[in-house]
Formats: sequence, structure tokens, C-alpha cells
Amino acid sequence: MVPFLARRLLATVPILLGIVLLVMLTVDFIPGDPVALMLGEGATQEMITRVRASLGLDQPLPVRYARYVGRLVRGDLGRSVVDGRRVSEELSDAWRTTLQLGGAALVIAVIVGVTVGIFSAYKVYSLFDNLVRVVSLAGLSMPIFWTGLVLILVFSVWLRWLPTGGRGGWEHLIMPAVTLATPSIAMLARMTRSAMLDVLREDYIRTARAKGVRTRTILGYHALRNALIPIVTVLGLQMGQLLGGSVLSETVFSWPGMGRVLVRAVLTRDYTLLQGGVLLLATTFVVVNLLVDLSYAYLDPRVMYR
Amino acid sequence: MSDPPEISEDLQSARRGPSRDFRGVTVRAVGDSSLADGGAPAYVSTGAAVWKRFRRNRLAVVGLIIVGLLVLMAVAAPYLAPADPARQSLVDRRTPPGAKYWLGADEFGRDIASRLIFGSRLALVVGMLSVLIALTLGIALGAASAYWGGYVDEAIMRTLDLLLAFPYLLLAIVVVSTLGIRLESTILAVGLWATPGFARVVRGVVLTILGQEYVAAARAVGASTLRVVARHVLPNCLSVVVVYSALYMANAILLEAALSFLGLGVKPPTPSWGLMVATGRDFLEIAPHVATFPGLAIAVTVLGFNLLADGLRDALDPKMVM
Repeated sequence: MVPFLARRLLATVPILLGIVLLVMLTVDFIPGDPVALMLGEGATQEMITRVRASLGLDQPLPVRYARYVGRLVRGDLGRSVVDGRRVSEELSDAWRTTLQLGGAALVIAVIVGVTVGIFSAYKVYSLFDNLVRVVSLAGLSMPIFWTGLVLILVFSVWLRWLPTGGRGGWEHLIMPAVTLATPSIAMLARMTRSAMLDVLREDYIRTARAKGVRTRTILGYHALRNALIPIVTVLGLQMGQLLGGSVLSETVFSWPGMGRVLVRAVLTRDYTLLQGGVLLLATTFVVVNLLVDLSYAYLDPRVMYR
Repeated sequence: MSDPPEISEDLQSARRGPSRDFRGVTVRAVGDSSLADGGAPAYVSTGAAVWKRFRRNRLAVVGLIIVGLLVLMAVAAPYLAPADPARQSLVDRRTPPGAKYWLGADEFGRDIASRLIFGSRLALVVGMLSVLIALTLGIALGAASAYWGGYVDEAIMRTLDLLLAFPYLLLAIVVVSTLGIRLESTILAVGLWATPGFARVVRGVVLTILGQEYVAAARAVGASTLRVVARHVLPNCLSVVVVYSALYMANAILLEAALSFLGLGVKPPTPSWGLMVATGRDFLEIAPHVATFPGLAIAVTVLGFNLLADGLRDALDPKMVM
């Protein structure tokens, strides 16, 4: 167990370093001089040179990279080039808010998606199954920002059941989370269905049925347990969908999370804030994927010995 | 919106369990170093046989019709549009759907139906150009990776893994913020986002093909690397590339709409579906048609490409999973 864990943990280090390098390099790809752009038209050459030096942009690449990583390790994401606030402070609340939204969406996606997928596979080619296949494809095709607006229209404007947005109690979380979860529900339902169909063909399922095991036990224990690996794999990929898609759901529902911060950072050309936000979300994604990988070892003990 | 393109290879790699080497986070999803990746077509189909299989699938035909109508709409936009998409009319602001404006008018009194029809051009052009970028880069990188293997393979695939470490939409936001909010950035952003997926499937298929006897035979009679790849390897990638292109069209259109919705894509007054939803959001209560119809256009278009891709996959290679 321990060598497996160590190997997985070590493997994420180069990925994280690579992400940091890519994010740092984005400033170099900005056409023209980012510092001049940042300071606006009235900036003198002297001002530009001074700001450049204060940001460390006058240093050669390896030096900049080493310093950048060094600061990141200490949790220092720099200061916003627009309002001078600490990026880490600006991001910490937003990050927690986004995780809350993403977590709620994840729970919804897993419960609904897997349940629907199991029944779809159990009643394969039935009316329900056909409906699920069409609806799930539609779910994958709807832009989530539009799904959100339609939900607002129905549940806030017409029925007046739920608030249109903002933060507050659980009723503020329902629509943003459902919106964000929609494509993942569809994906998980499709995946669960196909994985379950594979497993249900196995001999041991027939054996279980022949010896009189209850259907519920066969589906929920014998079959699901063995279909879990592909489902969890898709779940891991969907985490990126949930983290990135939160930008859209947050915009629609005025949810004060990372997405709002990132869009604001792009529009105000706040490079340090943007870099910090992107790093935080990408790192979160990598760590979540690591956890998914580790869960394989728990779900399928054979994994560890490979 | 999610990543349907990945689903068949995921399923295959997932069935095998996590990949044997645990080098990178995303390696698991990649189904790294396996010959089975991407579901290589191991048999040849004639066009007629493919069409026969495709036609039997009702949903696939629906997808083909949607896509066909869409292309027609984009090409014939000036003839089909009932009004000039840019003409404003103060008195007609936010008119609900009716005889004068089939789908109503927007906040400037512009005809929404006409703007939707012209908007199909943008959606298709961004989709096609970005898929073309992803296709070119993906085939080149994937084929090089598979052909040379070793360090080249490692370098290319690990770099692409890095792109995949950015959660959905984030990579596009990074590209757009770097290059500026312009149409070109949107296209490049969507293209780069789709590149790793293409590279992976192509790599998987090329690896399978390189193991075939006819490749060994071609080499034995002295065919050059370039000739082997161009004559024997790439033509066999065709069906997989076609299926993935359709899938990525669906997702490219979604991504463009999302960027425009956030104000990070096309700028007004260009008729972009995502942008139209964004502006309609402000009048959702008093004029719900302004936001809902453009969103519906996106959903139907993407559904069309998704259905088409599903049908193509089943028709071109019944052995591909799902």
C-alpha cells in the first residue's frame, strides 16, 4: 500500500510543476508588453521599467520560475496588479464557495446518474431505457448557462419557489448545483448503463440469480461493485467538468465563486489574480484526480499489485 | 459540454482498470501504452455498407438532418433571414414572438430569427476551424508519438497531459486572456482544448496499425517512413477521425457559446448564439424569448452533431464501445 501511495504522490509533482510553468509563461505570450498594457497609455518608460522590475519580469526565465515556485510553496500567490490585494486572500473565500457548489453538484450527479444508469441497464431496451438514452444525449447537448436560465424562468419567475441567485441557505444552492450537474448526470447515466450491461452478462450474475439472490442485491452489490471502476474513471473526468463548468453556473446565478473572480480577472487584465485562480483550480483538479486514482486501490484490490 | 469524445476510450481503458504505469494523473484516463486505444477499425467497410448501417439508425438520421439543415441555413442565410439581422427598431424592442417577428425581437428591436440564422455561420465556422486546428495538430502529434515512440512519445504525451490538467473551460480562458478577446483567440482556444483528445485516439490507432503485417511488408520492400505513414497508416485512421470530428464539433460549438456567454468570446454586435443568451439574461422576466431561443438553437445544433457522431461510430465501426 505505502509504495503505491508514494509512487502516485510523486507522479503528481511533475504535473504540478508543469502547470506552474505553463501558467507563468502565459504572461510571455501576451502580444505587446503586458506591463505597458497594464499601466495604460499614460505610462512613461521609467514607470514601465520600475513595475517590470518589481514584478520580477526583468529576470531570466529559470530565475523567474525558481522564484515563482518558491513563493508558491510558501502559499504566496502575489498581489493583484489591479487593486494590490493579496491574491490568496481574494481567492480563499471564492475557492471555498466554488468547492461547495462543485461538491453539491457532484453528489447530485452521482446519486441521480448512477441510479438512472442502473435501472436503464436493468430494464434494457424498455421505454424507460430508451427515454434515458435520448434524454441523456440531450443533457449532454444543452449549454449549462442556458439550462440555468430555463430553471430560473420556471422555478423563480413562474413558480416563485426558488431564489434567482446569490448566496444564502440551501435553497440558493439547489438550482446552481443542478445546473452544473446536468451534463455529468447524463454522462454518468450513460457510463453506468453501459458498464452495468457488461457486468450483467457475466456468469456469476446468472449464478446469483439461479440461486435465488434478490434482484436488489444482485444489482446493488454483485453488479454495481464490479461496474464501479469505469464509473469512477468517468467521475474523475467529470470533476474537471464540474470545476470548469462552475464558471458558467456561477455567472448565471451570481454565485460568488472562483468563476466570477476569473472572468473579472480576464476582463480587468489582472494577470496575477488570473494566474493564481487558474493555478488553484488546476491544482484542485489534479489532487481530486489523485484521490480518484487512490480510490481504485480500495475499489479493486488487484490494482495495487500491478 | 462534457467530454463524450473520450467516452469510448475511457470505457476501454476503464475496463482494463487503471493503466499499468502510474506516471501521471491523467494517464489513467488516457489508457496509456495500450494498443486497444480508440477502438481501431480492424476491418474495412465499403461506403455502401456504412450508409446501410447508418440509415437503419433512426436517431443518427435525425442528427444528419439537423446538421444538414444547419449547413443549409448557414450557406443560405441572406436568403432565408426574414430581416436584416443588424436592423434596429426602437419601437419593437423586446417584442414577443408573433407575425412580424417569428421569434420576437431583442433589446434593440432586432429580429431574433434572422440573428439566429446568421449566428449559425459563426457557430459552424468557429467549430470547423477549431476542429481543423485540433485535427492537424492531433494527427501530427499522435502519429509522431506512435511512430517514434520512446522519448518522443513521452515528451509529446506528457505535454498534452498538462493541457488536460486544466479543468474544462479553464484552458480556453487562459488562452483568451493571453491573446486578447478576439474571434481568432476563441478559435485557437477551442482548437487547443480539443487537441489532446485527437492526439490520443490517433496515437492509439496508429500503434495498432503499425503492428499489422501489411506495414511490416511495406517496410520490408523498402517503403520510407513518410510513405508508410501517408499510404498505410493515415488512411486507416480516417473513420476514427471522422467520428471524433463530429463529436468535437458538438463540443467546440458548446465551448464557443460558453466563452461568448461569459463575454470572453465574440464581441457584440456579431450575432453569436452564446452572446444572445447572455444579453437576454438581463430581461429574463419581462422577455424570456430573448434568451431562450438562442439557447435552444445551441442545444439542437449540438444534439445534431452528437447524434451524427454516435451514428457514424456505430456505422463505421460497430466494435467501438457504446
